[in-house]
Amino acid sequence: MTESPPAARSGPVLEIRDLTVSLPKGADRPFAIEGVSFTVARGEIVCVVGESGSGKSVTAFTVMGLVPRRELRPVRGEVRLLGRSILGLPEAELRRLRGERMAMIFQEPMTALNPVMRVGEQIAEVLEIHTDLGPRERRERVLAVMRDVRLPEPERLYHAYPHQLSGGQRQRVMIAMALVLDPALLIADEPTTALDVTTQAQILELIRDLQRRRGTGVMFITHDFGVVAEIADRVVVMQEGRVVEVGPAEEVLHRPRHPYTRMLIGAVPSLVPPERRGEDGPRERALLVRGLDKVYGRSGWFARGRVVHAAKSVTLTLHRGETLGLVGESGSGKTTVARCILRLVEASSGEILIDGVDLAKLRASALRPHRRHIQIVFQDPYRSLNPRRTVGQSIIEGPMNFGVPRAEALRRARELMRVVGLAPEALERYPHQFSGGQRQRICIARALAMEPKVLVADEPVSALDVSVQAQVLELLDEVRRRFGLAMLFITHDLRVAAQICHRVMVMWQGEVVEEGPTARVFRDPNHPYTQRLMAAAPGRGRLLHDRIGG
Amino acid sequence: MWRYVLMRIVATVPVMGVVAVFVFLMLRLAPGDPAAVIAGDYATAEDVARIREQLGLDQPIPVQFARWIGQLLQGDLGTSIFTNLPVTTLIAQRLEPTLLLSLTTITFAILVAVPLGTLAAWRAGSLLDRVVMLFSVAGFSVPVFVLGYIFIYVLAMWLGWLPVQGYKSPFVDGLVPFLQHITLPTLTLSVIFIALIARMTRAAVMEVLAEDYVRTARAKGQSELKVLVRHALRNAAVPIVTVIGLGIALLIGGVVVTESVYNIPGVGRLVLDAVLARDYPIIQGLILFFSFIYILINLVVDLLYTFLDPRIRY
Repeated sequence: MTESPPAARSGPVLEIRDLTVSLPKGADRPFAIEGVSFTVARGEIVCVVGESGSGKSVTAFTVMGLVPRRELRPVRGEVRLLGRSILGLPEAELRRLRGERMAMIFQEPMTALNPVMRVGEQIAEVLEIHTDLGPRERRERVLAVMRDVRLPEPERLYHAYPHQLSGGQRQRVMIAMALVLDPALLIADEPTTALDVTTQAQILELIRDLQRRRGTGVMFITHDFGVVAEIADRVVVMQEGRVVEVGPAEEVLHRPRHPYTRMLIGAVPSLVPPERRGEDGPRERALLVRGLDKVYGRSGWFARGRVVHAAKSVTLTLHRGETLGLVGESGSGKTTVARCILRLVEASSGEILIDGVDLAKLRASALRPHRRHIQIVFQDPYRSLNPRRTVGQSIIEGPMNFGVPRAEALRRARELMRVVGLAPEALERYPHQFSGGQRQRICIARALAMEPKVLVADEPVSALDVSVQAQVLELLDEVRRRFGLAMLFITHDLRVAAQICHRVMVMWQGEVVEEGPTARVFRDPNHPYTQRLMAAAPGRGRLLHDRIGG
Repeated sequence: MWRYVLMRIVATVPVMGVVAVFVFLMLRLAPGDPAAVIAGDYATAEDVARIREQLGLDQPIPVQFARWIGQLLQGDLGTSIFTNLPVTTLIAQRLEPTLLLSLTTITFAILVAVPLGTLAAWRAGSLLDRVVMLFSVAGFSVPVFVLGYIFIYVLAMWLGWLPVQGYKSPFVDGLVPFLQHITLPTLTLSVIFIALIARMTRAAVMEVLAEDYVRTARAKGQSELKVLVRHALRNAAVPIVTVIGLGIALLIGGVVVTESVYNIPGVGRLVLDAVLARDYPIIQGLILFFSFIYILINLVVDLLYTFLDPRIRY
């Protein structure tokens, strides 16, 4: 069943030649991808790299035949799977290939599995579609592949529902589902982007390991050159629907020829923190948090359920003009701490002092005047601006709540637009008319309009493309210096933390396990968890500027 | 699981209690003397006093309430003023046609609406989709009695395929006469539910079809039919079941009208007759009875949620 036709043994698993896919009328360009050509050989991992809109996903979905043909129509070129042209195949033929000869894993393991079906049955479904195996044999095969992807207690997890598994486990289930029939081609669409770094490292290792053992050809889509450095044999760089560079991984990573490739690699923040001189000296304290505790859920008559200790006696000091990084994986408590400091959620206990006033103790009405001192920029700029209000309205709303006259607030908003690198005319427009990076600039301007003492940045660049990421980081650093802001920078990304933070605190299971100057923590991590985190950073030691510093 | 089921069943007791209090107070707090209202315009003072005594209205309110609840717990809903028969007997006599009509209506509506809505969602924007939606809007807008007479005129009088009115029991008269007589009322009553359920099914399935796991199922090479049934419909089940539950509750209003149009001796007709005759004990009993059905349906729907979606645990 999994035997390849003899002709295909020698040739590439996947061959894409001059593939061109048209976009529907009214799009910003005529073709989603144009003249794309590359191959994936047996046992090879080819990384397709590019930013959003580069066409990398369209390429993958066209190969799988999973694009709506009315909207994204292949108009030219050829796709060969094991030597067989598959682009024009009828749907029924394609279905037979999907899952058996070519399989796919997706970015979001949280949503890619059917929530009302047991995971074992979801894997077994592939066998049910493509083989004649009976229920018992199917179950055996599923358990075997679950062991193969190193899922703990396969017998028990077989009957679990997706929501009962962690993100990493769900991605393992996806991989098991993709590999159960030993396909010749595996397409992985950003399979680790939604995962924590330590989990990401494990999943990358697993894909690499399984692929080597089975000789699968892998088309691995990513935007992250750190991941490329970890896993790629060959690299295909895409920009605006075209392939701009193809080559062996070593070659592309260390001697990139195309300027876009160079820019992408250069935009990956280095793990080596930059030298920071002339920024020390005596500094004024802006925020003091003492013994902050947060417990979610409680036991009692009506609230059955587990109690989560999300933050355990967190203490931190933040000075004017300083950036303190709060680093950790999902569930570490870093966002909880930020929300407590802003009093978006109530801390269970502890003090939050700004100018000697304990914000944690204030009642809602007394808190209001203090809210302006501490502002936040959220992770997702697409969802943190009201789509029905102009950018200007969103920016002046805060100051006007605190009694600033409209004309004065508008004057200042125009000034701030220049500070964040946007034209003042942008105030008249609506959020959807801006790109992600521009929206994040608007969010920063909105926060600055309140003239805060403390700026909390909660993963402010995680939703942005790498090239935009660098610009937004630069802007944050600049406004910090210019306004003497104290910045609490929350991130899961060590590379970002290394570049922007003066000091870092590493959080793990609600506790601060390590803290110190960024340079010291990155050079010489003390806590075993910090060490694990460092070791898991993708591309560590493989990207050139990690060695010499960025 | 069973603990939850038990808890939910126990939780319906206070709800029933509250309903009972309201029904009790409704009669007592109504403006004027209910006894006088019941007795009518030409009654003598003795008539009114007799009725008041018969209803127990001469007692203090708490005593009346205690007596009433006591009777209620023994399954006694009181006695009809005009026929002098126990209300429970009256309801029981009329229950069969109503239950069967509701059952055929809901079954027919689900069998038609769910596939229709699913297909409309699958081919959203197509001709089929637009026809389904058009029907759905029309189904909402036409009153039940208008539909009823249209059906009678076309199918019974004009084409002569089906009997015009009446009811035949499947247990007494046999299945075929029953089906012949129940078809028109069922068609009439189900139109609005088909419209309602098809719309909700379409919306829910469309939302689910955009989900990542549907893409995963297609990536496995699954056929469209199974993608729709196994992956889309199962995930869309919760809102669909919700609206079906609501539909059954709404059925009560439709049943009253439909039974009148088709001259079916069901509970709906009993409601109508009791209201027209101001037979308060019957009205009281019927409100309680329908409330009980309503609470029961809610309970069943809530329990179904936990079976349909493993993420829902209370």
